[in-house]
Amino acid sequence: MFELFDAVLAARLQFAFAIAFHIIFPALSIGLAWYLMVLQGLWLKTGRDIYRRVWRYWIKIFAIIFGMGVVSGIVMSYQIGTNWSVFSDKTGPILGPLMGYEVLTAFFLEAGFLGVMLFGSNRVGRKLHFFATIMVAMGTMISGFWILAVNSWMQTPAGFAVNEAGQFIATDWWQVVFNPSFPYRFVHMMLAAFLTTAFLVAGVSAWHVLRDRSNSAAKLMFSMSMWMALLVAPLQVLAGDFHGLNTLKHQPMKIAAMEGHFESKDGAPLILFGWPDMEQKKVHAEVAIPKLGSLILTHELDGHIQGLDAFPEEDWPNVPLVFWSFRIMVAIGFAMVLVGLWSAWARFRGRLYEAVWLQRLAVLMAPSGTLAILAGWITTEVGRQPYTVYGLLRTADAVSPLDAPAVNASLLAFVVVYFMVFGAGIYYLFQLFKHKPSMNEQDIQRGQARRAAGITPIQGLQKDSTAEGH
Amino acid sequence: MDYVLIWAGLMAFAVFAYVVLDGFDLGIALLFPFIEDQQDKANAMNSIAPFWDGNETWLVLGGGGLYATFPLAFAIIMPALYVPLVIMLLALIFRGVAFEFRWRTQSERGRKRWDLGFTLGSLLAALAQGIALGALVQGIEVADRAYAGGWWDWLTPFSLTTGIAVVIGYALLGACWLIYKTEHRLQRLCRQAAFQLTLALGFMIAVVSVWMLFKQDPYMRRWFDYPNYLYLSPVPVITVVLGIYLLKAIKSGRELAPFLTTIALFALSYFGLCISFYPQIVPPSISIWQAASPESSLKFLLVGSAILIPTILVYTGYSYWVFRGKVNSEDQYH
Ligand code: HDD
Ligand code: HEM
Ligand code: HEM
Repeated sequence: MFELFDAVLAARLQFAFAIAFHIIFPALSIGLAWYLMVLQGLWLKTGRDIYRRVWRYWIKIFAIIFGMGVVSGIVMSYQIGTNWSVFSDKTGPILGPLMGYEVLTAFFLEAGFLGVMLFGSNRVGRKLHFFATIMVAMGTMISGFWILAVNSWMQTPAGFAVNEAGQFIATDWWQVVFNPSFPYRFVHMMLAAFLTTAFLVAGVSAWHVLRDRSNSAAKLMFSMSMWMALLVAPLQVLAGDFHGLNTLKHQPMKIAAMEGHFESKDGAPLILFGWPDMEQKKVHAEVAIPKLGSLILTHELDGHIQGLDAFPEEDWPNVPLVFWSFRIMVAIGFAMVLVGLWSAWARFRGRLYEAVWLQRLAVLMAPSGTLAILAGWITTEVGRQPYTVYGLLRTADAVSPLDAPAVNASLLAFVVVYFMVFGAGIYYLFQLFKHKPSMNEQDIQRGQARRAAGITPIQGLQKDSTAEGH
Repeated sequence: MDYVLIWAGLMAFAVFAYVVLDGFDLGIALLFPFIEDQQDKANAMNSIAPFWDGNETWLVLGGGGLYATFPLAFAIIMPALYVPLVIMLLALIFRGVAFEFRWRTQSERGRKRWDLGFTLGSLLAALAQGIALGALVQGIEVADRAYAGGWWDWLTPFSLTTGIAVVIGYALLGACWLIYKTEHRLQRLCRQAAFQLTLALGFMIAVVSVWMLFKQDPYMRRWFDYPNYLYLSPVPVITVVLGIYLLKAIKSGRELAPFLTTIALFALSYFGLCISFYPQIVPPSISIWQAASPESSLKFLLVGSAILIPTILVYTGYSYWVFRGKVNSEDQYH
């Protein structure tokens, strides 16, 4: 019963499953940590109670998401060794130190100050409490820096040599870290984290604004998130375009798969939709715009585009998966730009909070960032196959010498536990989202009464939330 | 300078830091079912809520550091211990989320369920860690830079015994932490538990120490060859003295001393283990020099670690200091 998949496939599925769950949480942790930092900063600066209300609303959500990010992340760091031991042996000397630096500069920083951020406001002053939030926010971004350097090196290896034992060893650490695809991937991923969070905040707050247009906390959240959509979504499209051009330079086969180009051509079309068929080597039912493909990728109408036929067939990735996941991401990207523009128009007319259809769309798009992130990673990672270190180490050669039943059994265990635990976590998150952000007269007076009694507002916050929470 | 030795020392330190720090976290969860009062339960949990994440980060440093500095050892040990490690990772998920989920469920039943997850998750994680230790001590089969055994090799009477020993040790650490952080009824409960756990742990240390000597030739020689036994004979003697002192400290109403003494007891046992191992990292065949990364990698990571590890110790210490004193129910954001 435990021989469903062969050992390599089971290991790949397990890794993909675990990291797909993991990335959902860090992306939101990065975005929310920065959002909380901004809110707390605004509150300290202006003293306006509404900022701490909104802060308090999201801190509980952040705590749950962060916790799930930590436990799913620990799994990742061990899974490299348990399931990809040959990969570990060979890449350890190069990627290990980068991950080591991630632990030392990011994970400890986050974890060390998280306690103070969540529980410490009764015990430290406001400035120190703010400082703790800043450290957590910085930690999340530094973590992204290192892990994306690692992943990018696997895509576009640089600055290395190979020793007698077959291990990759560094010749130039600067080139290892700042390998050719890293700057693009880092910018793209950080923007993705911010957008994902902005659309989650937008969805939740729009839902509350739709139900009660006088709720000023919900309105504030909605307004802030719409600014993010307006400003960041176009940047993301731009960053994605640059990213693609860079990929064309270093992984042209991946681009051919993303674009669905089976044949090399001058003046290649842009295929919008269709079904790539790897056996017949063509795209069925394709809807295409002539020459646009060449124009986007080479900036010339008749530019030459390498198709998959330029590469040995046994090196092709799974074309339909790459083709479709890429389209899903791009479609979401343009939808986000649209929402941003629509909000600008509504704001300009002074009707942001009355724009019911915009708000409904925002509710619908609450999970869009998460979907785009998953789609983007699937494009990137599946497009790298059949290699683990691009062009150098094949996935089938990177795997641990484990029997298939062992890996199948663990895969099953992972699926069961993740759906159970993270399913429950997501259910609790929805309960918190449903909870209305409180901002009515009575609340404000309560907060002020506390301040008058000589307790700092953040302390008041703690106590109110005890009263209100659970 | 021998970078390999420095890194072997640093990795040993990281693992020890993990064992002590996460040890008391996990230990508290082991005591959880025996705490009846709801407020006491909440206090026990809140006494570690601000720290558990930081404590567990040492586990990530242990894994990530091994990958960086001794990749061959990482590549052999991880698949060899596949089953206990997967169990540990999944178990740690349950215990990690319990800190949040416990407060989020609406129902009594839900809370009980996450409390059970907290305890069982910690129990399985502790057991798996102890079993992994035993499996490493008894030796791992290697051929051609890779693990060459099957996926159940780790399971032996010896590894089960070390598993139980670690569970008892963690429970003792947890009990001593609660003696330090709590008062009244809960503290009394923990004193009783700590006393019995000390006796049990003493027994387990004795059993494992003797049994271990017969597991690998080099272990026996390390301890009994002349002149080694002259230098090393104080180790068991001090262990016994510390054990007796610990029992006294628990009885006599001291608050911090039991916790510190337990740490010292752990340190000594750990030191004994390291002595037996050295210079192997995967007994019986791979030494630290064979497994180590090239010098360029060791140097690159050491430069940063020299600054970062002390910094981490400072702000981690600061965070413990912020939450000093007895737990109080005010420190919550829920
Ligand atoms: C440590 C570096 C690393 C990082 C940061 C990521 N991956 Fe990855 N990924 C791997 C290292 C890796 C790997 C160990 O190298 C795998 C396993 C098999 C393989 O070829 O690459 C892999 C495979 C892999 C696969 C299976 C592809 C296939 O086998 O066809 C998927 C779907 C993902 N990953 C998804 C992700 C996602 C959603 C990530 C976002 C966080 C991600 N990866 C980041
Ligand atoms: C193979 C890939 C990865 C591994 C091995 C990994 C490992 C880990 C580990 C061990 C943790 C827990 C740290 C702790 O104890 O606090 C963690 C959390 C985190 N990871 Fe990952 N990770 C991976 C991919 C990523 C990616 C692609 C990103 C983002 C770009 C990311 C960002 C984060 C962040 C921000 C955290 C902090 C906790 C949180 O925000 O939930 N990780 N990761
Ligand atoms: C029109 C808009 C977009 C374009 C043109 C674009 C382009 C790209 C390209 C070319 C890649 C693959 C790079 C490679 O594998 O080498 C990629 C990956 C990715 N995209 Fe996008 N993207 C867009 C929108 C988005 C949006 C809206 C999100 C999330 C909110 C997102 C998240 C990601 C992620 C997480 C990855 C994988 C990590 C990486 O390689 O950077 N993208 N994107």
